[in-house]
Amino acid sequence: MRLRGSAFVMTLYLLFLLVPIYWLVNMSFKTNTEITSTFTLFPANFTIQNYVTILTDPSWYMGYVNSIIYVTMNVVISLTVALPAAYAFSRYSFMGDKHLFFWLLTNRMAPPAVFALPFFQLYSSVGLFDTHIAVALAHCLFNVPLAVWILEGFMRGVPKEIDETAYIDGYSFPKFFVKIFMPLIASGIGVAAFFCFMFSWVELLLSRTLTSVNAKPIAATMTRTVSASGMDWGVLAAAGVLTIIPGALVIYFVRNYIAKGFALGRV
Amino acid sequence: MDKTQNNKAWFLVLPVLVVVAFSAILPLMTVVNYAVNDTFGNNEFFWQGLVWFEEMVTSSRLHEALGRQILFSAIILAIEVPLGIYIALNMPKKGFWASVCLVLMALPLLIPFNVVGTIWQIFGRVDIGLLGHYLAELGFDYNYVSDPIDAWITVIVMDVWHWTSLVALLCYAGLQSIPNAYYQAARVDQASRWAVFRYIELPKMAGVLLIAVLLRFMDSFMIYTEPFVVTGGGPGNSTTFLSIDLVKMAIGQFDLGPAAAFSIMYFLVILLVSWVFYTVMTNLDKEEGK
Repeated sequence: MRLRGSAFVMTLYLLFLLVPIYWLVNMSFKTNTEITSTFTLFPANFTIQNYVTILTDPSWYMGYVNSIIYVTMNVVISLTVALPAAYAFSRYSFMGDKHLFFWLLTNRMAPPAVFALPFFQLYSSVGLFDTHIAVALAHCLFNVPLAVWILEGFMRGVPKEIDETAYIDGYSFPKFFVKIFMPLIASGIGVAAFFCFMFSWVELLLSRTLTSVNAKPIAATMTRTVSASGMDWGVLAAAGVLTIIPGALVIYFVRNYIAKGFALGRV
Repeated sequence: MDKTQNNKAWFLVLPVLVVVAFSAILPLMTVVNYAVNDTFGNNEFFWQGLVWFEEMVTSSRLHEALGRQILFSAIILAIEVPLGIYIALNMPKKGFWASVCLVLMALPLLIPFNVVGTIWQIFGRVDIGLLGHYLAELGFDYNYVSDPIDAWITVIVMDVWHWTSLVALLCYAGLQSIPNAYYQAARVDQASRWAVFRYIELPKMAGVLLIAVLLRFMDSFMIYTEPFVVTGGGPGNSTTFLSIDLVKMAIGQFDLGPAAAFSIMYFLVILLVSWVFYTVMTNLDKEEGK
């Protein structure tokens, strides 16, 4: 009986999550006249014209390419700098470590709106405005602290004896770190990468402020096209559906890690 | 775990320090600079002292935005945390359906913020949206573009839709780490469902729950994109939260001085609350370690 109650609750909740998404997908297959003139639960004149528009127009599909480039760069940078730091925090106590850790966390809490304008000026003055690396670095502001936080949680779970044994066996620190330690916390790295991907992929305010043409992310392309050409609902919906797909793919690949990772680590 | 005292560990932290300093300290200094000076462009600055701060502290516009912001964050937490726990308790523990639930629930988390806004915009509109259409057909006078109450409801439901899964997933992870023996012991003692929840599940979830509350508080306190896309801060100023107001001030009107002073106070408020959470959290960790 209890099982059926749970199933009922979950079904209700999942419906609540999926109905708005369904409406978006539904609308992406309709023509604009159908959207505005009639109200239909299913597309009456099924069309893929909206998707064709996006996939054949460089100003649309380059948005996806740009987004993926800077998200990837951000994940790589964040993890590279966060791994040694998380190791330091989990293994050693050093002068000012607690304060440093908290200071890092505060950056995760900083409202992007506060940083938007200074970022714009900073990156303009060093000539990085409208490049992928600028957005990737800007997103490090919240992703690096998060990655350090998650990884530290995982690393604390690895017994220290492993480090000591490896040193006795004659491993140098870098070799030990890459060959032995990283495989041990592989799921932690996976979870950290997932969160970095997620927060970089969904962020709009900074990525929009820091780009104009060459590195413009898809999310910003959407807002601008809407204001420029009136309301092209069909294309807008199709673009929205296409932004969901990369996220859905990532979730599908890490689905077994998520539960495990959440439980082991802190986030 | 005992930690070795080793100041050389600073070298391992150095890369993080450099990256974060470049993307945090430099911009923050710029903000401080704007907050105490007046500028007419051309890099000419005139010392203003605390004038902007005084102006901001006494501005009713800021007070209203702050009030709305606190109300919004409070409502969000009050709905999402209990609902998240409830959903986590009802999720299948393992097997095919557990994976399905995980994937579907994580889906809203990975949708770019403005697309979330777009989804709810086209979902709620009276002329083309499923929700708006049916509410109108049922006789509700629902229109989030012109009615402040409807706008608030839309923004809150949207946030619940967007973020409850995060709370639920975190709690779910906390639940997964409870050994089965605990439940068996409870069954032997004939503990009620409520007792199991109160004395086994809740304490075990406390750690992750605190993280969930912290994350949700911070993110709802700096929410910008979703309400901006859906309501644009309107109707009037009814859904203008702190970030929206700040961006309006800094980029829309280019009042850099007041905006910078505003930013610093905004940041300090978040810092203060986060510090409280962080202290509670580290104390909790220590207690668990004992």
